[in-house]
Amino acid sequence: MEEELGQIIEECRIAVEDPGYPAIHQWLEDNPDGKVLGHFQVYFPEEIAHAAGMLTLKMMGFDSSVQIREADAHIAAFVCSILRTSLEQGLSGRLDFLNMYVTTPICDAARHISGVWTRRFPEMSCQILYLPQNAASPHASTYLVGEYRRIAGIIEEITGTEITDEALRASIELFNENRRLLRELYRIRRETPWLVGLTESYLLMASGGAMPRERHNELLGRAVEIIRSRDRRPQDKVRVVFEGGYCEQPPIEMLSVLQDVAYVVDDDFMIGLRWLTEDVATSGDPMENLAVAYLEASSYSPVQRDPRKPKEDMLLRRIRESHAEAAIVAAPKMCEPGLEEQVAYDAALTEAGFPHLVMEFEEKTANFEQARMEFETFAESLLFEFV
Amino acid sequence: MEPHNVAIRPALSRAGNTREASRALMSDWWTQLGEADATAAPVANTFVMGSLAEVLNAFDIPMMFPEIAALQTAVKGKSMDYLLAAEDIGYSPDICGYVKVDIGLHNTGREHPLGKYPKPAMVVSSNMCNTYIKWSETWERQYGCPVFVLDLPGWRGTGFEYSSTSETFRNDVKYVEGQIRDLIDLASQVSGKKFDIDKLREILGRVNRMSELYQAILAMNKNRPAPFNALTEGINYMGIANILRGQPEGVEFMETALAELEERVAHGVGAVPDERFRLLLVGTACYTNFREFVGMFERWKGVFVASEYMSFAGGGIDRGVRYDLDRPIESLAEQILITAQPSMSGIFFSHEWQARMAEEYDIDGICYHGVKSCRTTAAGLPDAREWLLNNANVPGLFIQSDLVDSRLWAEAQMRNRIDAFFESLQSRRVQAGV
Repeated sequence: MEEELGQIIEECRIAVEDPGYPAIHQWLEDNPDGKVLGHFQVYFPEEIAHAAGMLTLKMMGFDSSVQIREADAHIAAFVCSILRTSLEQGLSGRLDFLNMYVTTPICDAARHISGVWTRRFPEMSCQILYLPQNAASPHASTYLVGEYRRIAGIIEEITGTEITDEALRASIELFNENRRLLRELYRIRRETPWLVGLTESYLLMASGGAMPRERHNELLGRAVEIIRSRDRRPQDKVRVVFEGGYCEQPPIEMLSVLQDVAYVVDDDFMIGLRWLTEDVATSGDPMENLAVAYLEASSYSPVQRDPRKPKEDMLLRRIRESHAEAAIVAAPKMCEPGLEEQVAYDAALTEAGFPHLVMEFEEKTANFEQARMEFETFAESLLFEFV
Repeated sequence: MEPHNVAIRPALSRAGNTREASRALMSDWWTQLGEADATAAPVANTFVMGSLAEVLNAFDIPMMFPEIAALQTAVKGKSMDYLLAAEDIGYSPDICGYVKVDIGLHNTGREHPLGKYPKPAMVVSSNMCNTYIKWSETWERQYGCPVFVLDLPGWRGTGFEYSSTSETFRNDVKYVEGQIRDLIDLASQVSGKKFDIDKLREILGRVNRMSELYQAILAMNKNRPAPFNALTEGINYMGIANILRGQPEGVEFMETALAELEERVAHGVGAVPDERFRLLLVGTACYTNFREFVGMFERWKGVFVASEYMSFAGGGIDRGVRYDLDRPIESLAEQILITAQPSMSGIFFSHEWQARMAEEYDIDGICYHGVKSCRTTAAGLPDAREWLLNNANVPGLFIQSDLVDSRLWAEAQMRNRIDAFFESLQSRRVQAGV
């Protein structure tokens, strides 16, 4: 069974790490008339595209395997790495299969991406989805339904397929299953973190953004079964929460270093894939159900304003619910919202007397010795403290 | 470079009126804020893009514009004191300098070089800059004041048309109108005053007038020579347009400014003597070294005849605000979407606007000034520059420094690049036989 799990994880690794997007190309080979929608972080209601038969690709950045050759000439130097690497993917032609690209105005730098894509790819439909930033407003859900319908209309034009309520309900079911499996994976992480490594879990989760969700459900479902049946003993490691991976992702090698010294019992990596925290209802108006779920049954991130979910309180809740003993509060280099939130997280954790490490990371980092030293020192200091 | 000739300028009866008025009004603004702080009267923090001054003024709530206050600390040579105070408490060198100046002020006794820096009793933020929201949350945490976020959906992408009859526009108006009504309730609670729709109507009428005047002021620079420098005098017009939006003094100021400019045009007086190069500024200015920055262009007899700054930071006033006074709240929602929101979206898709401005204002070149402090205005500038050169044949200069962080000012490097740009503009003229 371990061999089978190894194969599953290898397939996930290729989907996440290979800048040539093999899983997408495979789907296009199988569906020669298929259309692909790319969307930038953090959240996009992929069910809407799926209901029209479109494949979605959640844009991630890349590590040093992607050399920046053109992107730097199109975007200022003081932006984060994921904006540059994802743009590089577009400018280098590796994303030529995209028929539509959707960004959401998550931060001031990312808002420029839509401008750059519009200028560089005038033939492609580059759309901006304005998710509500006044999420607590009583008017937000009506507005969001209208916005989802607008996007659905464009998808219908591109695919030539009408998005019926029945099709959308079926897609919601498929994605509900995906969310259930991800919740189960994270439950295992919280309750028995010794059964699954951080990198395994990360690859199993993140690959959902870069392959057909049907295939992801198959892989994830089987992987969860195997992980559950593992016979492993807990080690003397500190239980930590990692916060700061809602958009740009830390390099997998960095996660590997981290899992050597700690059990990461919860995190916000690729939080958009797990933004909806419960099953979305399939009865009634499915578009409305998606909009309501976005606003009412959802996670949090520094780039969504919702006064009902103060970020510090949400982090403390994540820590509490995962029984973590410490937190790593990270932010990608040059990520303005992440760096700003980091100060608030630091203050809240300090006030709560909760041990935490504040750090920055960059997806293109190639040397992990400093990270190893930071993690080890932090973990050792905690072990001494607990003794 | 050509020798600097001393121009003999005719004495003008209105010369200096605008500058004097601007100084007096700015001083009054600080006095009013200081008095509010001393008497614990509620002050609203708001921002130049999407300020909703119309609503706040309807309740007589004094407004603090922290962006304006922050740039003033830089002009006064004090920004680094506050900025470093914020970094001392954990804020990164890689975030907006305005935010850090403000945080520094709030954490070091709230003494601004121009007056007492008040505590906010409420905040109006908009999504026109995402940093506004994060910034507002710092006051929410520090003072527990309510934060109202005006969420304005912007330009949506390829093929988007925002006609008043489109379903998207109607959906957006409904959303924004609902939010404005929520803000009216909040402002009423904070101020303890009842909402007076006739007062709002009067304010809207004055914004309409200010907008007409502001547009007329901008159009003055289509003249050759351009009567004002959009970077130096433009900042004053924009500052007053924001702090006195919808106030009688704001209208008077715009009339004063326009009259002075008309007189300059009538006498052929330009902002820069012997004007040679007409420039568009895209991005923002550098306030820590404002004089030096402007001087590097003026020594080549270059004048900024227009700036993107005067558009997006004017809260839509440059686009012709036309409130329908018979439907004040509905019209406020519609006009914000038609005027202010495109000013914001325009920052990200400004290439066509730049090409149009280059033609209308007979512009020789565009200066793209990227500031690390402000991703909103700066992140996409290199791409826009290339587009303009290749698609509209307008040369561009890309330089970088900062709004308020003097550590990012590199004078020699900046001067070299600017000089090289002007040399290339001269050479283009020679080649074109002009």
